[in-house]
Amino acid sequence: MLLHGGWVPPRAEPSIRTAPRPVITTLAFYLFAGIVVTAATMVILSRNPVHSVLWLILAFFNAAGLFVLLGAEFLAMILVIVYVGAVAVLFLFVVMMLDIDFAALRAGFVKYLPAGIALAVLLLVELLLVQGVSSFGPVTPTAANAPVSAAAGMTNTQALGSLIYTRYVYIFQAAGMVLLTAMIGAIVLTHRQRPGTRRQDIGMQNARTPAQSTSKVRVTSGEGVEL
Amino acid sequence: MSWTEAFQDVLGPGWGYFIGTLLLILLIALPVMVGVALAVYADRKIWASMQLRRGPNVVGPFGILQTFADALKLFLKETIIPSGANKGVFLIAPMITFTLALIAWAVIPFDAGLVLADLNVGLLYLFAISSMGVYGIIMSGWASNSKYPFLGGLRSAAQMVSYEVSIGFVIVCVVLYAASFNLSDIVLAQKGNVLGFLNGNIFNPLLFPMAILFFISALAETNRPPFDLPEAEAELVAGYQVEYSSMAFALFFLGEYANILLMCALTSVLFLGGWLPPVDWAPLYVIPGFFWMMGKIFFMFFVFAWVKATVPRYRYDQLMRLGWKVFLPLSLLWVVIVSGWLVFTGHFDTLPGVSI
Repeated sequence: MLLHGGWVPPRAEPSIRTAPRPVITTLAFYLFAGIVVTAATMVILSRNPVHSVLWLILAFFNAAGLFVLLGAEFLAMILVIVYVGAVAVLFLFVVMMLDIDFAALRAGFVKYLPAGIALAVLLLVELLLVQGVSSFGPVTPTAANAPVSAAAGMTNTQALGSLIYTRYVYIFQAAGMVLLTAMIGAIVLTHRQRPGTRRQDIGMQNARTPAQSTSKVRVTSGEGVEL
Repeated sequence: MSWTEAFQDVLGPGWGYFIGTLLLILLIALPVMVGVALAVYADRKIWASMQLRRGPNVVGPFGILQTFADALKLFLKETIIPSGANKGVFLIAPMITFTLALIAWAVIPFDAGLVLADLNVGLLYLFAISSMGVYGIIMSGWASNSKYPFLGGLRSAAQMVSYEVSIGFVIVCVVLYAASFNLSDIVLAQKGNVLGFLNGNIFNPLLFPMAILFFISALAETNRPPFDLPEAEAELVAGYQVEYSSMAFALFFLGEYANILLMCALTSVLFLGGWLPPVDWAPLYVIPGFFWMMGKIFFMFFVFAWVKATVPRYRYDQLMRLGWKVFLPLSLLWVVIVSGWLVFTGHFDTLPGVSI
């Protein structure tokens, strides 16, 4: 027996057949979107940086919910795995380890306020200019950028994979290379071999035998032994 | 006719769906909680037997009610919130651990079709949930505002993130064979997959090393011995949960064991063939798949307890070395080997693809 049959539309007239589902989807959208906006606001409003990161995580998580509503479940899961599960953990890790002096942090607030306001005004003006110059009409698909419809019976993941690894393979590989470079750069900058430090070598430890590390010395009374 | 449809017929499409789903959630969550209680008992009994002790044997027949007595004692204790604690985060942390441990069970198939949410990205969902499990621990460690919990939280954050990477690669190997993220599909792909009559990826010589690696990573991911450094009682008293008492502590405890059972279930789904019997032989299918699945989960749990009773705790730097310098390169190499072999043998030729 199938335990959970998924949503089954009512068998009555067509008008109410599809009625409840959009309502739930809309409610879910406003729930997720509302939490994302609130959490994002709290990221910049909360005084404790650790709380900021926690709000950021909440925002990520609900953004994943929005992806699910769009039908992009693979992206939603990857968002949670990569951003919530790895990036934000390291974020939290660093913020927790830092010894933050809140008084010193807030000391320069008034000093930097004019610069901040100027920057905000600049961004706002730019946004308005963009609004004025171009129109936000629907993008007309041409042959080059027409969406490729997935083959029948393909899941979200397969469709994404078969696009990324064929049409966009160079861009995808280039993105991977950029990340690899950043990773190697971080290791090169922080990894240093100091002379004179004794490091543990598991292979050498396991290869050690009693014959190499012990020796028998006959000590005459009252003289000690030179090692 | 499914369960939810039956409810929809009686209560109307909207409420029937809602109440049917709600009851299904309870039908999974409550047995998981009872299972956790029995698992704690089984853990203590197995551990005791291996050390030639009797273990719990006073409360109820064979001491089987010991866990329930412990839980009752915990619930009657006073909830203490340290004055220096960050109250909100302190209280949310155990709830996160507990909730995440429970919601992951939604996608576990107990038999053919016997699954709450048959997601087509079920495995990724599980991976996402288990990667979020670290927050309960790290938040409790930080919010307690105390040295031992903080160190425990930091340790566990680093540990869980490290071993997640290799778990991810092992999952990729299995997914390549099944060509699906759906857990039911992964189980069905294992039907007679080795030599035509063995069910289970673990019998596949290419995937056997990955099964071992997955099991060890699962131990690290659930903070089980020999990787229980976040709560190493000899060094950190009890790690991240030092400051917790009463219900909050109980939530951590239940969440931890629910996670262990979940990892056992996941191992059975990925490598032991889920609800299928180990050999593809008709008389074995007389036993319902549900019992095979339960038996496999219990077997995995026994191995978890076995490891706990026999292996000494790792040192922290060796734990990190194992994760990053041994498991990560090995599993990465294995993804390349497995995908190379599958392309070579034409495993993917029948899959639908986009022609550009």
